Amino acid sequence: MTRVRRWLPGLLLVSPSIVAIAVFVYGMLGWNFRLAMTDKHDEVSEGGFVGLENFIGIWDQQRWSLSVNHAIVFTVVFVGGALALGWLLAFLMEKGLRGEGTFRAIYLFPMAISFVATGVVWRWLMNSGTGERAVGLNRLFDNLGLEFLQWQWFRDPDWGMAAMAIPAIWQMSGYVMALFLAGFRGVPEELREAARVDGCTEWDVYRRIVLPLLRPVTLSALIILGHISLKAFDLIVAVSGKQIITDVPAVFMWVAVFDAHDPAKGATIAAYIVIAVSIFVVPYLVWSLRKERRS
Amino acid sequence: MRRRWMAAVAVTVAGMLTLTACGGGGNDGAAQSPQADAAKKVEVFSWWTGPGEADGLKAMKEIFEKQNPGLTFFDAAVAGGSGDKARALLTSKLQADTPPDTFQGHAGAELQGYIKAGDLEPVNFLYDELKLKDVFPQQLVDQISVGGQIYSVPVNIHRSNVMWFNPGVLKDAGVTEVPGTIEEFIAALEKVKQAGKVPLSIGSEWTAVHLLESVLLGSLGTEAYNQLWTANSDWSGPAMTKALNDYKTILSYAGDPQDDWQPAAKQVADGEAAFNIMGDWAYGYFHNPPDGGLGKTSKTDFDWAPSPGTGGTFMWLSDSFTLPKGAPNRDGAVAWLKVAASKEGQDAFNPKKGSIPARKDADTSLYTDYLADALKDWGSNKLAGSIQHGVTVNDAWRTAINEAVGLFQQSKDVAALQTALADAAKNSGQ
Repeated sequence: MTRVRRWLPGLLLVSPSIVAIAVFVYGMLGWNFRLAMTDKHDEVSEGGFVGLENFIGIWDQQRWSLSVNHAIVFTVVFVGGALALGWLLAFLMEKGLRGEGTFRAIYLFPMAISFVATGVVWRWLMNSGTGERAVGLNRLFDNLGLEFLQWQWFRDPDWGMAAMAIPAIWQMSGYVMALFLAGFRGVPEELREAARVDGCTEWDVYRRIVLPLLRPVTLSALIILGHISLKAFDLIVAVSGKQIITDVPAVFMWVAVFDAHDPAKGATIAAYIVIAVSIFVVPYLVWSLRKERRS
Repeated sequence: MRRRWMAAVAVTVAGMLTLTACGGGGNDGAAQSPQADAAKKVEVFSWWTGPGEADGLKAMKEIFEKQNPGLTFFDAAVAGGSGDKARALLTSKLQADTPPDTFQGHAGAELQGYIKAGDLEPVNFLYDELKLKDVFPQQLVDQISVGGQIYSVPVNIHRSNVMWFNPGVLKDAGVTEVPGTIEEFIAALEKVKQAGKVPLSIGSEWTAVHLLESVLLGSLGTEAYNQLWTANSDWSGPAMTKALNDYKTILSYAGDPQDDWQPAAKQVADGEAAFNIMGDWAYGYFHNPPDGGLGKTSKTDFDWAPSPGTGGTFMWLSDSFTLPKGAPNRDGAVAWLKVAASKEGQDAFNPKKGSIPARKDADTSLYTDYLADALKDWGSNKLAGSIQHGVTVNDAWRTAINEAVGLFQQSKDVAALQTALADAAKNSGQ
């Protein structure tokens, strides 16, 4: 009885969220995977079990490989760019910039904006018109005499998705900066002093002392950015709409479900997105669980 | 340890049961109150929210409420061009078996998706009662029927195969005659290119599909085009290869893609580009005062002709209203359909929307300038159905065509495009 009294109130307290998560997250996930393994290719048919047919067949579709490529380019540029820029900003802050609080607020502000609003603004900034018809950034380049920098932005067939990552970097690098800044502040001053006494240059202090100590922060940033990037939908739709030239799996999923009325295909794409995100998230969860247990 | 898990599972299950019980109970109570209301309210679901179209809907609403004093019109319009977002919402409403009283749909294959899903009730009784078969063109009635049953009431007609051009730009480029065939069109595009203007303006990817349907109609001819949607279609033959090569040539004269159809049309109006192939909703955009349009003068700032090779054929699309199964207020919906089908209703709606009525007996004096031309052609031309606007292909097929054209815009590979189009036709299940 006393044992029950110890754990029951706690369990009752969390059970609503356990139920909600069980039904609306894991229940729906399971339902989605089941749907992905049927041949329910329109809304009317019942859909018989076909195993992994949809998962394999989708790789024959040119659009699917294109959208996966786009997602990879977008993720690499966005995650890499946001990490590098965020780290640089944090580094500058750390060096005791005057008015640090103001700058910190300015760099964090974009986080408060939704991806849709960001997309609408950057859609205009990244307009692909060049020469006389240039607007947005291309016009700016024109006025500064930097015409050679004008390009097609997200309409460029090869590097369009890299351009698409620019607004995302703009939006998220402030957040990465905040993470790193907190990390920098957590590195004990004694360690740095010891390194300096041993003859380290300032650069080496960061490279050999601070950065290795920041590995957990970097990892969290990587995971947060990575899963945002693989699920990217709102930003891309706001900038270019549902066009093939900037197609990513999440947009393809929407088109499959709502335009082509093919629930099984949409569910297959959704399943792949979940799998891709869990490749990022699951090792992190395992790692942090182990760390907690150790401490 | 194990017992603890069992307890957790037990509590979870108990919680879930409670939740479902609540859900069931709540439904019974909630269903009561709107029912009393529903006798009066008629929920009309559309995507007419823009300038012009919303005014047209309001004009029909006024007629409806005057004729049916006991009913009130409830406007359930969802914004977004060509019903993109509206139709996603409609899908979820229909799947939850909570349809609006009546909803807008493109007449043709797009509507047939709803028919096959068993969402719609036939409206033959209305056609018999109001003798509508005599006033709508036969091909239009065919397109909204399945197995002898008619499933919707068309309100308006738009034309898809219109070539808009800037007379001043053509004159400067030395193009003296409006191109009537694909060959003449390509020659004209070349001359404009030499003159340093954008020969053909295009918008986002769907406008390239819109261009494709005009080129297919112009290159294949009306008979062969209409056959593409029947059992003896030929998507792999040499005629199709030639048409797609024409498409590739024409597309090579296109300027930088604009964000949507409006900026592309604006390039023509501003004299930056010579030609634009777009449906006749562009007329309202060119012509209307700067509030919702560009305020340009027809025949001097912009002019129009059937897109090259399609003279004498009217490629149409039509908005229509339906009677969903299980409509909460069926009588109200029928009353709305009667207004939508009437001469009075259509003549109130269409001049505002910038389209022509589906009925053949409309008051011609209400339709001036471009619309007068369109009304004349609608009565006399051969008819063909639009691809991109839901007449000839169902949603799945249309999406596949859009996909093929989107990939083609990057690869410029005609053979791959033809294979993709042939596969799309084969897999459409239509």
